Amino acid sequence: MIEVTPKNTRIWSRLGPSGALGIAALELAETSPDMVMLTADLSFFSGLERFKERYPDRLYNFGIAEQNMVGAAGGLAKEGFLPFVSTYASFATSRCADQVRVNMSYMKLPIKLIGLTSGFGAGILGATHMSIEDIAVMRSLPNITVISPADGTEIIKCMLAAAGSEEPTYIRLTGAMNTPVIYKEDYDFQIGKSVELISGNEVCMVATGSMVYESLEAAKLLNEKGISCSVINMHTIKPLDSEMLDKVIHSHNLIVTVEEHSEVGGLGGAVAEYMVAHHFDVRLEIIGIKDFFPHAGDYRYQLEQSGLTAYQICERIEKLL
Amino acid sequence: MINMAKAEHILKCQQAAAEIRRDIIEMAYAAGNLGAHLGGSLSMAEILAALYIGTAKFDRNNLEWEERDRIILSKGHAALAFYPALAQAEILEKDELHTFKKNGSRLSGHPSLNGLPGIEYASGSLGQGLSLGVGVCLALRKKNNLSSRVFVLMGDGECDEGSVWEAAASASHFQLNQLVAIIDRNHIQYDGETSRVMSMEPMPEKWKSFGWDAQEVDGHNTGALLDAYGIKGSKPLAIIADTVKGKGISFMEGNCRFHNSRLSEAQYQQAVAELGDGL
Repeated sequence: MIEVTPKNTRIWSRLGPSGALGIAALELAETSPDMVMLTADLSFFSGLERFKERYPDRLYNFGIAEQNMVGAAGGLAKEGFLPFVSTYASFATSRCADQVRVNMSYMKLPIKLIGLTSGFGAGILGATHMSIEDIAVMRSLPNITVISPADGTEIIKCMLAAAGSEEPTYIRLTGAMNTPVIYKEDYDFQIGKSVELISGNEVCMVATGSMVYESLEAAKLLNEKGISCSVINMHTIKPLDSEMLDKVIHSHNLIVTVEEHSEVGGLGGAVAEYMVAHHFDVRLEIIGIKDFFPHAGDYRYQLEQSGLTAYQICERIEKLL
Repeated sequence: MINMAKAEHILKCQQAAAEIRRDIIEMAYAAGNLGAHLGGSLSMAEILAALYIGTAKFDRNNLEWEERDRIILSKGHAALAFYPALAQAEILEKDELHTFKKNGSRLSGHPSLNGLPGIEYASGSLGQGLSLGVGVCLALRKKNNLSSRVFVLMGDGECDEGSVWEAAASASHFQLNQLVAIIDRNHIQYDGETSRVMSMEPMPEKWKSFGWDAQEVDGHNTGALLDAYGIKGSKPLAIIADTVKGKGISFMEGNCRFHNSRLSEAQYQQAVAELGDGL
């Protein structure tokens, strides 16, 4: 049984998102007898080497054919298995959008789809391997839960939680190797229940995935300037935690969403839709990737191009006040 | 010497196919201006009759029976033939057929998972059923159910979809010999002849080259279909059923205009007269 200890969280962080995925897969193999893993020529890249060695009959490699993989996952799910399907986020969502739509959304088959290197995790390979629109694609489809974990520990916890849920689920993995640690100790993870990491009263940053860490750092910088900030880890984008939103909208002057995703249709869009519908008279700022494909480059370079480093987030918020 | 039991079986299938055709015309006419996918449904009457009458294992009182054969209608637009086939199999009440395409009906233009018995999967977006079949076969093997077979009903135009060939490659890679693709090769798709719109010839060789056994058969000969359905080998099996689009109605046969079309009263009367009461 996996234990969340400071030592383990450091190890999971060092392994990066794929490594954490691999750890969770090994755990699930023990706890969920019906769990199977599907990959499209990315078992190594998905951190599944040990899984492959230990459970060769529970790993299906579909070759470079993602659409078929998602369809086959539908058949496995209907027959009572618990398929976890992983490939690059852009291929898992945009390339297979119709298979996802028919199998997960329309038929509600409980496939657990994992998008690797979402955002800029593989941005060095160019825009084909960036995934800046997957939240928008997936949350616009009915019946699909969308989760974007903040660190290695949360990747493991959300995969275990997804295995225990009947819902078709998309898990979006962001960040590079040596992911910053958000959770050093165990905590209560529930799908759809966000976590208030810092409590303030002026600005509330609602962040997801890799941007939880950058927002925490930005909050420190803002605090030094006398600006009181809250930071919410909105790990589940759909269903959105409206209870938490109600609370922070009432108690802050400015809500800022932060995500390693396009400013179009992502977490910011989801929060904006909620706020418009409920007529809250609080200002909202959406921080994400502008509506363009950034140049290829390393992870930090990509974040900087898009204004997503802690320092840039801090500067942008300061200007709004 | 003709095996009498088999001859009777063939006759039952022919009768069921004739009933399916009559139902297709009634349902399409009742749908009025909404129109219906007549051509590719009429071409499937024998394919479906031979599958549901005496080939496929199922328990109409326990449709989730683990040992059942799985039937996946990948060419969802043939719902117009599929629902009458389910009625012939006594899975669906025949009375419900007249609700086809009506607002709120469970008999939608393409099958949906809306509580209608006998529908394993929703379909409508072509090229996806074979992948489902691959997943089901993998699951059956894992459950040690090596007796159930998985029949995927496809169109020849549908084979234009690249995902079909992704699935075909994986089926032979995983050695899924419980999988049977039945291709209604009616030679016509929406815009015209398949050979002109997008030629997939030579069809049997394509399947063979993907590691399948391929069997060509007259798709309107129920005896030949029953024989083909009985083939069990070490590879996945593609049954390429040569058919006539719009089969049974003179003015629809081989006419791409009846891929999806309404029926006028005069056309309806003529179709009913041509089908008659017998086989």
